[in-house]
Amino acid sequence: MSDALKSTVQDAFQEPACATNRAKSAADRKKGCAKPLTPGAAAGGCAFDGAMITLQPIVDVAHLVHAPLACSGNSWDNRGSASSGPMLYKTGFTTDLTELDIVMGHGEKKLYRAIREIVEKHAPPAIFVYATCVTSMTGDDIVAVCKAATEAFGTPAIPVDVPGFAGSKNLGCKLGGEMMFRHVIGTQEPERTTDTDINIMGDYNLSGELWQIKPLLDRLGIRILGSLSADARYRQVAQMHRARVTMLVCSHALLGLARKMEEKYGIPFFEGSFYGISDTSEALRTMCRMLVERGAAPDLLDRCEALIAEEEAGVRAALEPLKPRVAGRRVLLYTGGHKSWSVVSALQELGMEVVGTSVRKATETDKARVVEIMGTDTHMFDNMAPKEMYATLRASGADVLMSGARSQFVALKARVPWIDVNQEKHEPYAGYMGMIDLVRAIDRSVNNPMWQDVRRPAPWDEARAFAGSRPRVKDRCPVSGISNDPSDHEDC
Amino acid sequence: MARLTRPRRALSTNPLKSSAPLGAAMAYLGIEGAVPLFHGAQGCTAFAMVHMVRHFREAIPLQTTAMNEVSTILGGAEQIEEAIANLKKKADPRFIGIASTALTETSGEDIRGEVADIMARRSDFANLRVVYAATPDFEGAMEDGWAKAVRAIIDTLVPEIDPMWRDPDLRQVNLLPAAYLTPAEIEEIVRMIRAFGLKPIVLPDLSASLDGHLAEDWSGKSLGGTRLDDIPAMARSAVTFAIGESMRGAATLLAERGHMPVQVFPSLTGLKAVDAFVAALMRVAGTTDAPPAIRRDRARAQDAMLDAHFQTGGLKYAIAADPDLAYALSSALAAMGAEAVAVVTTSAANPIVELIPCETAVLGDLGDLEEGARDGGARLLISHAHGRHAAAALGLPLIRAGFPINDRLGAQDACRVGYRGTRAFLFEVANAVLAHPHNAQPQDFGAAPMEPEFEHDRSQTAPH
Repeated sequence: MSDALKSTVQDAFQEPACATNRAKSAADRKKGCAKPLTPGAAAGGCAFDGAMITLQPIVDVAHLVHAPLACSGNSWDNRGSASSGPMLYKTGFTTDLTELDIVMGHGEKKLYRAIREIVEKHAPPAIFVYATCVTSMTGDDIVAVCKAATEAFGTPAIPVDVPGFAGSKNLGCKLGGEMMFRHVIGTQEPERTTDTDINIMGDYNLSGELWQIKPLLDRLGIRILGSLSADARYRQVAQMHRARVTMLVCSHALLGLARKMEEKYGIPFFEGSFYGISDTSEALRTMCRMLVERGAAPDLLDRCEALIAEEEAGVRAALEPLKPRVAGRRVLLYTGGHKSWSVVSALQELGMEVVGTSVRKATETDKARVVEIMGTDTHMFDNMAPKEMYATLRASGADVLMSGARSQFVALKARVPWIDVNQEKHEPYAGYMGMIDLVRAIDRSVNNPMWQDVRRPAPWDEARAFAGSRPRVKDRCPVSGISNDPSDHEDC
Repeated sequence: MARLTRPRRALSTNPLKSSAPLGAAMAYLGIEGAVPLFHGAQGCTAFAMVHMVRHFREAIPLQTTAMNEVSTILGGAEQIEEAIANLKKKADPRFIGIASTALTETSGEDIRGEVADIMARRSDFANLRVVYAATPDFEGAMEDGWAKAVRAIIDTLVPEIDPMWRDPDLRQVNLLPAAYLTPAEIEEIVRMIRAFGLKPIVLPDLSASLDGHLAEDWSGKSLGGTRLDDIPAMARSAVTFAIGESMRGAATLLAERGHMPVQVFPSLTGLKAVDAFVAALMRVAGTTDAPPAIRRDRARAQDAMLDAHFQTGGLKYAIAADPDLAYALSSALAAMGAEAVAVVTTSAANPIVELIPCETAVLGDLGDLEEGARDGGARLLISHAHGRHAAAALGLPLIRAGFPINDRLGAQDACRVGYRGTRAFLFEVANAVLAHPHNAQPQDFGAAPMEPEFEHDRSQTAPH
């Protein structure tokens, strides 16, 4: 790791806005948030993966991966961030380094030419260049190449110097944000500003979740000026420094960026979530209050309350007929962090019983909330090995598993319904309307008659009365004409 | 016959290739009770695993040595040893297949030596089989990684036998399938071999592990595959059949160990190719006749050729795939009168590329497929699922073949080999053409369009 990268990583481990980080000793803090990985028992993505998750949803940018094939070839076109316009972000660009490139040290030259080829062919507003393990080891200086390319071609080439081995996916998300702070944010001025301009950070518009929220903002006259990186254009990142308030959506990873934005540009931020009814209302309230504090017209607060009242009444009315279809079902929740309690309260409201919730990646505050909501900590668990989870589900310890794709097959193979609630999911569940979609998804899944059928015992496992033995047909069957001699057609 | 060209450019747009370690991992998954292990950073593993999970829609027990910055510089032997110990504790596999990655190959570790050292030292690993293949991401594609893994398995687990004890009349044959063959295809080939009263040992056998079946318990390792006891027994087989030119190296090594003849079939798609295979089976089985089921399958393949040739004759299409698959499908289509206007492939290591029926084959990406198809006036695309972007941009039908197919179900059931698979493939191509009919318009022939004034209701006129 280069010294520059090392100090970037060390910086990322110092986060005064993060409660967990503040509670650590100076020595612990230096080690960072990631637990050391166990060989043979590790499953997460790498820092490069994290940087891609944070930045790839910027839809009009060309994302160029400087690496041998696997980093891009095994991962491009793999995520569900939706775009309302440009589709360039879905194109997989890579320098696809060969052995010869690596041995002969052609990496930097190839990268420079690749940037030129993208500019000539696609004319994007910017090109993000991602460093990876191999190109970091061979010492390719992507920052210098990007600088030279930017000067030569007039299109900003932004170095994202976050190689996979720098750390975990979470660290990569964090550093991705840091790269934007260093190289992009504040480089362009908006044509106009309003006093209700906001930034949304940490939402990636998976399956269009942002658009489940946007109608609410539209009705309140709130404009998304900056976005990192839901349905974002490059300009929206470059102009983030002119927003009035930043909302950080369920993301500890971008906390540092939000804090730096506050320190440098005076934009206050708050952490909120759009999962669940009460969370959505709370987020809207906080957003409006902070906008008014920063000079927006005070009537925004009243309009916000009116909107919340109307929407909440609407969603509760819509949920009423669905309640009996899901009430009483026992849910095993395996997500973590903030969702370990926010989803619990939403499900309890529907009359569902949460038999367990994982508190991976959750802060002490999150854990306290779980206890508060569930009344006890007996249902809290940290990690659960797939084998154990399979056994629990197989023994009907729960009626449905809600988790990320990683445990999808644990549930399905245990013949138990599964709902995707993590970032790879294919259905949007944000805001008020998202809550209805989530409950519909649960209903559709747990009440599918398929479950009864798939759990049926096989005919040979069922107890059945002995029907008596039948005489063997000799020679050929008189009806089908097929020979009964097994050696005759056994091998065909 | 194709000349391989490499576009002179630095940028790869929409990669076609999947990486070599991924191919190796997939091969290892065709061994019973196996866990593949990537020697690299955990991200390499996560990407490959997600890729396979989405293709097969199964849990994939792929693990990693979780290399970090320090172990990359100091060497990863300890990481390997710890990974094996942890896997043994957690999943108790009988077989661990290690594939190296670009990261560990760039730093230049002697992994083979390290693994041998670990296995000699750790007596508690005695009943565990560990195989290592060098598969840097920057060299070759998925089929190369697969072939290297199979070669490594043979090298490690198949002993050389004394030619004196060889029994050429043993009705046991070895089958080494290339990476592109699906579980259903392996099953079809096995069925053909069994039809001649021969007993095949398939290495690796995805048809028992990744065919998509509901198991009775959670295992954390492969759900089936080639039995470990069968692998050394391969040395005694009468003959080794390899399907796909990429398997020649592995097949030759196996033949050396067992002093047996070897035959490589570059393709099992298309009448001529299947005939060659059946002729070989007849020779080994010592018969001049074929069982009724095979005869019937051939007659049905012939009938499909007659029915489909109206659609395939003169059909211009573009294909992007690993060399073996590209050759198999394009040679079958060439025999049906179709013309490949663009062939894009992934690996220069496979000499079969030169036999692809097309003037040039590009060592490129899906961007090349799109351009080639547009320039050549293709009416059909054949590639893996990522070809959907090119298909959408060009408004053409796409036949999904290869890896990954992550936007459709049942990728493991596609069968395009043997007489039955050939028939299915011809129908698939013909139907893709039929599903995109072109309604002739005056403009197509250079005539002026119908004068609008004659139309009864202009708004109802279908836009062209």
